[in-house]
Amino acid sequence: MKIHEYQAKELFQKYHIPVPRGDIAKTVEKARSVAEWLGTNTLVVKAQVHAGGRGQAGGVKIVHSADEVADTSRNLLGKSIITHQTGGAGKRIQTVLVEEGIQIRKEFYVSMITNRSAGKNILMVSTEGGMDIEKVAQESPEKIHIEPIHPATGLLPFQKRRLTNALELSRQEGDMAGRIFENLIRLYTELDASLVEINPLVLTDESFLIALDAKINFDENALYRHPELGIYKDTSDLEEGERIAEEAGLSYIPLTGNVGCMVNGAGLAMATMDIIKYYGGSPANFLDIGGGASAETVAKGFQIIVSDPDVKAILINIFGGIVRCDRVARGIIEALNTVDVHIPVVVRLKGTNSEEAATLLRESPLSFIVADTLADAAQKVVRAALERGGKA
Amino acid sequence: MSIILNSSSRIVVQGITGKEGQFHTAQMLEYGTKVVAGVTPGKGGNTEQGVPVFNTVHDAVKKTGANISILFVPPPFAADGIMEAAAAGVDWIICVTEGIPVQDMIKVKSFLKDTSAKLIGPNSPGVISPGKSKAGIMPGFIHQEGSIGILSRSGTLTYEAVAQVVEEGFGQSTAVGIGGDPIIGSRYIDLLQLFEEDDQTEAVLLIGEIGGTAEEEAAAWAKGHFSKPLAAFIAGQTAPPGKRMGHAGAIISGGKGKASDKMKQLQKAGIRVIENPALMGKTLHDLIKERK
Repeated sequence: MKIHEYQAKELFQKYHIPVPRGDIAKTVEKARSVAEWLGTNTLVVKAQVHAGGRGQAGGVKIVHSADEVADTSRNLLGKSIITHQTGGAGKRIQTVLVEEGIQIRKEFYVSMITNRSAGKNILMVSTEGGMDIEKVAQESPEKIHIEPIHPATGLLPFQKRRLTNALELSRQEGDMAGRIFENLIRLYTELDASLVEINPLVLTDESFLIALDAKINFDENALYRHPELGIYKDTSDLEEGERIAEEAGLSYIPLTGNVGCMVNGAGLAMATMDIIKYYGGSPANFLDIGGGASAETVAKGFQIIVSDPDVKAILINIFGGIVRCDRVARGIIEALNTVDVHIPVVVRLKGTNSEEAATLLRESPLSFIVADTLADAAQKVVRAALERGGKA
Repeated sequence: MSIILNSSSRIVVQGITGKEGQFHTAQMLEYGTKVVAGVTPGKGGNTEQGVPVFNTVHDAVKKTGANISILFVPPPFAADGIMEAAAAGVDWIICVTEGIPVQDMIKVKSFLKDTSAKLIGPNSPGVISPGKSKAGIMPGFIHQEGSIGILSRSGTLTYEAVAQVVEEGFGQSTAVGIGGDPIIGSRYIDLLQLFEEDDQTEAVLLIGEIGGTAEEEAAAWAKGHFSKPLAAFIAGQTAPPGKRMGHAGAIISGGKGKASDKMKQLQKAGIRVIENPALMGKTLHDLIKERK
């Protein structure tokens, strides 16, 4: 789960990680009054959307008066912002964060993630604050310093000294940074985060360290033990298909292609998308309807897929292991009685009773295209999409 | 002689009285797996489908000599269950549970270092050595005993691969679902090592997917250490970055975990990379023929 910058900064404050003074506004009037309350010469207005790259896309503005804050907020609120992470339609800005400007002496990059191979959390810092860290990692990896955090010991004194050195801080600044790192580690582990990023953490003219930006993602599997994070869930910018999937508890990722697919199991779902591409088509989505593939979930699957107007044909690929294919076939037929689908549906059922299933589908009054192998299914659905004017 | 599981393996099922535990215990017994014990705290002294139930894994191991544990325990309690099994002295722990928090798994990984137990999963469909034993949720009947080792991060895609391998006239020595989570116990390298030493295994199919760097690490290792024919398919060639593709571990993030990078590294290491998932069985067949 991703949360907004202002929400991440709320959590930073709870964990004693310093952030600039500021408040959010959903209206121009509120933005002006926040600016007046702050009363500083420099003010920052930041669009609050679930996407990186806001700076380059015009979503972050530095201004010098309450009037300018009001003007900027008017230009941002209600508009859509398109960044390299949002897709073509962009994300609508419903909230801005208005903050005091900070005099910056130095900028650092700080983040915490989990290293999968090592099975440990790691703290990552760099003197290249404010930059795209993936680019730094590629061009000058020596500028990134990593400390693995042992689950039993936490951040050790020698690690703090190494971090102080890596960031070229004085001893006093290093002590301050050490406390911030400890709090960040505590936040990460206590709240089951999967990413905490401060880019940049800045050293001010007065030698204070402040988190100018804040990004936190949470481990969805651990949300059950953090009911307090429920208020941060914002589903207002989900597409219709994503909303249906979320309610039904299905894994769905919309893409830009025109071949819809419905598969049981994540690995097979990815492989199905890959083979559609291999045979010259373009997958419209990832959709895992789970092991059981009941009539109910298949019906939800159809609803999700047809909510995307670009979809020209649908491929259902089910490997019936413990669940029998004839039951899945009946479920598909039943589902199509409840959802209107006006595009070709290719069905491939493999596993127990797959022949009975194929017969059921062929004899049904609904016109399925029945496929046998994975390759056969992919070729049939790509052809069907092309015939209906879909581009490869 | 297959890896991990063989006909003398004695299985304890943790969470045997839950819905999943009951169902898959029946399936495993039907396959011929020696399920010798079950564990559900508070239900010790009962039996489930003729299998004695114990309160702790320690008791189950002591009384029945179980050496492999399989977990069908709900996510909030699964990490504890894995550590309990490790402390009780089993050789292998197979965790089917999906949805264990990552921070719990960090503790598990650290805990396991002080024990001799090895972990498969979590979020694994299990392990099967066809004709001998099945400890997992995979459909037993699609498998056939034979010479191909299979390693995979997913469930149904592995079944697809198994079916293709069987259609080409091959069986499997052991098929292992290593799990779709970001932090798992045994990794490709650990298991490739076992397949290298296993005389029943003639060739191996590795099924990877986007996310993490396990496939790249396997490629680097295999180059100097794995002598048998090895083919690999990587799922998620069309997956966008930053999106979790179903499995908690299937996500391209921070520029890492792309299918194209994995395929490149595998190819570089001399491993046969399969682009079309319909050709997993056939590629393996070709590879074996070429080597003979």
